[in-house]
Amino acid sequence: MSEPTPKEKQYLFDKPANIKWMFRVYYASLVLLLVLDLFLPKHANFPWENWPEFYAVYGFVACVALVLAAKYILRPLVMRKEEYYDE
Amino acid sequence: MSSGLPPALVFIGGALVLPFLKGKTQTGFLLLLPVIGFLNLLQFSAGIHGVVSFWDYQIILARVDRLSLLFGYIFHLITFLGAIYALHVRDDLEQMAGLVYAGSALGVVFAGDLLTLFVFWELLAVSSVFLIWNRRTREAQAAGFRYLLVHVAGGLCLLAGVTLQIHQTGSLAFGYIGLNGLATYLIFIGVGVNCAWPLLHPWLTDAYPEATITGVIWLSAFTTKTAVYVLARGFPGTEALIWIGAVMTAFPIFCAVIENDLRRVLAYSLVNQVGFMVVGVGIGTMMSLNGSIAHAFCHIIYKALLFMSMGAVLYRTGKVKATDLGGLYKTMPLTCICCIVGAASISAFPLFSGFVSKSMVMEAAALGDMRLIWFILLFASAGVFHHAGIKIPYFAFFSHDSGLRPKEAPWNMGLAMVLTAGLCIFIGSFPGPLYSLLPYPVDYEPYTAAHVVGQSQLLFFSALAFTLLMLSGIYPAEIRSINIDADWFYRRGGRLFYRIMDRALNGLNERAEQVFSLELAGWLGRRSRDLPFRLAQILLYPLWLARGLRGEELQEKNLALQEALASGASPVGIGAAVATAFLLLFFILSGLV
Repeated sequence: MSEPTPKEKQYLFDKPANIKWMFRVYYASLVLLLVLDLFLPKHANFPWENWPEFYAVYGFVACVALVLAAKYILRPLVMRKEEYYDE
Repeated sequence: MSSGLPPALVFIGGALVLPFLKGKTQTGFLLLLPVIGFLNLLQFSAGIHGVVSFWDYQIILARVDRLSLLFGYIFHLITFLGAIYALHVRDDLEQMAGLVYAGSALGVVFAGDLLTLFVFWELLAVSSVFLIWNRRTREAQAAGFRYLLVHVAGGLCLLAGVTLQIHQTGSLAFGYIGLNGLATYLIFIGVGVNCAWPLLHPWLTDAYPEATITGVIWLSAFTTKTAVYVLARGFPGTEALIWIGAVMTAFPIFCAVIENDLRRVLAYSLVNQVGFMVVGVGIGTMMSLNGSIAHAFCHIIYKALLFMSMGAVLYRTGKVKATDLGGLYKTMPLTCICCIVGAASISAFPLFSGFVSKSMVMEAAALGDMRLIWFILLFASAGVFHHAGIKIPYFAFFSHDSGLRPKEAPWNMGLAMVLTAGLCIFIGSFPGPLYSLLPYPVDYEPYTAAHVVGQSQLLFFSALAFTLLMLSGIYPAEIRSINIDADWFYRRGGRLFYRIMDRALNGLNERAEQVFSLELAGWLGRRSRDLPFRLAQILLYPLWLARGLRGEELQEKNLALQEALASGASPVGIGAAVATAFLLLFFILSGLV
């Protein structure tokens, strides 16, 4: 977030304190989800769904893999100038 | 057995009346028409209505059952919401095209025979292209033409299939088709074009982002979903669809991560979401078909909401690229919140609509023990959150401050977004009413502790991946660029084809002109001019020789003959002699043959 000009109204995320607060809530909910997973009963269709924190790990790994593949494999292959088709 | 007017005719009839109305009357009419259509729809009892005899065939304009009705409801609903969103538009062409388009979608869904299906299928393409062209930019015009060409090709494929099918079975009936033989494959692929199957998909990601702000709401709802309907009606349980659908869910998310145009990101996530529906149709169990249909219903609403929010941004700022936007939450808070609701719905957060529909398809895949498919779908679920759930709201409304301070969306756009967002939350929180409308009895409970926590984990930790990649600077920066897709083959390939044809055919043309019209014609002209002289010479030469003419005298005779023939002053006798000689020659030759 860029610094607002002095005249301009302060918005929600212009205050670093608000951002810090939001991140705290977010990290707390991550921890809460990890803890809940250990204690809740599961009704799994596949055995790996019973592994502790399966969905958390899968979600994290999948998205890192997605971004890395998109950035380092796909983008070099397909990215062109905006005028590519006009030439 | 009660019945109303065939649903398609309400809208198409309305479209014909629309241009005669002006100002507020027209606005009121546009809002009233979906309501009238909906009331008309409620008149129908399940069964076959609107039967018209045509030669020896029966045309069925309204085949009403739970499957067609549910699509009918959602199409009316989205037409209504789209009409509110488009209230400020004063453009008869766009409004008419929108109504005919909605009517055609209803025509397909309620078609009880293949001929009706085909006619409305074509009308879908022809009417919808105006929603693209009407943006009136050079890009939109070009994309519209490509869109039309692809759909015409798909339509021809369908027509070939339908014709063969009717020829083979002797009936127009449109029910379960299944894959057996050429006719059914042609129908399958023709439908697949509209369904945006992998490699057949680029018409969608090419054209939708170029469409008008209001038109894309309807575009995102009708074409692909009518295709899903036809698949659910004609090809449930076709195994190929499971794999086609799985690829559809997975590949667009890679493209979406590196795409700069946010409406194009939405177009990619549209393909991804339709993939879930296609998988569900392919699995073909009651649970999976229910899941597909429910997901189509929810998807139409939240995808419209996402396009509405990006449309409002485009309307106010004139920009929709991630590189140009950022920080808009400051002055467009309502649009921002509605966008986040849409994002949460497409990501299938608990309490939002995607959660109660997508999970049925996943559950059906799990019950069928389709492990790889299940993993792909789970990957796609995390990925869609990543690109549509986070990327869209983040880059438009937060991210770096673009310095833009646009006004909030106009009241009608705001109202449409609030209503649509409300529906997303209502369906997500109270899935009962939607479940009760599904074609088969629903034996599924989305809100179990394990499902809620598992799905939340998946999404929250996907978000963690986004956060960490963003903070570490690894997340691919938004770059002013385009990414080529399968449309490269006909956009660049088309140009190559054009160039080859240009070189080959025009080269041939030039050669032909050189040879035939310049050289050959001249030669023939010269030849035919002195043909009589040559012939006469051949005949007379032996005579002259026999008379003992030699040297100078022979030359003189020759010149005299040439002059006489060139000026047409030859004695009649010579002409007659030549003609007689010709005839004689002819007789001899024909006698020989």
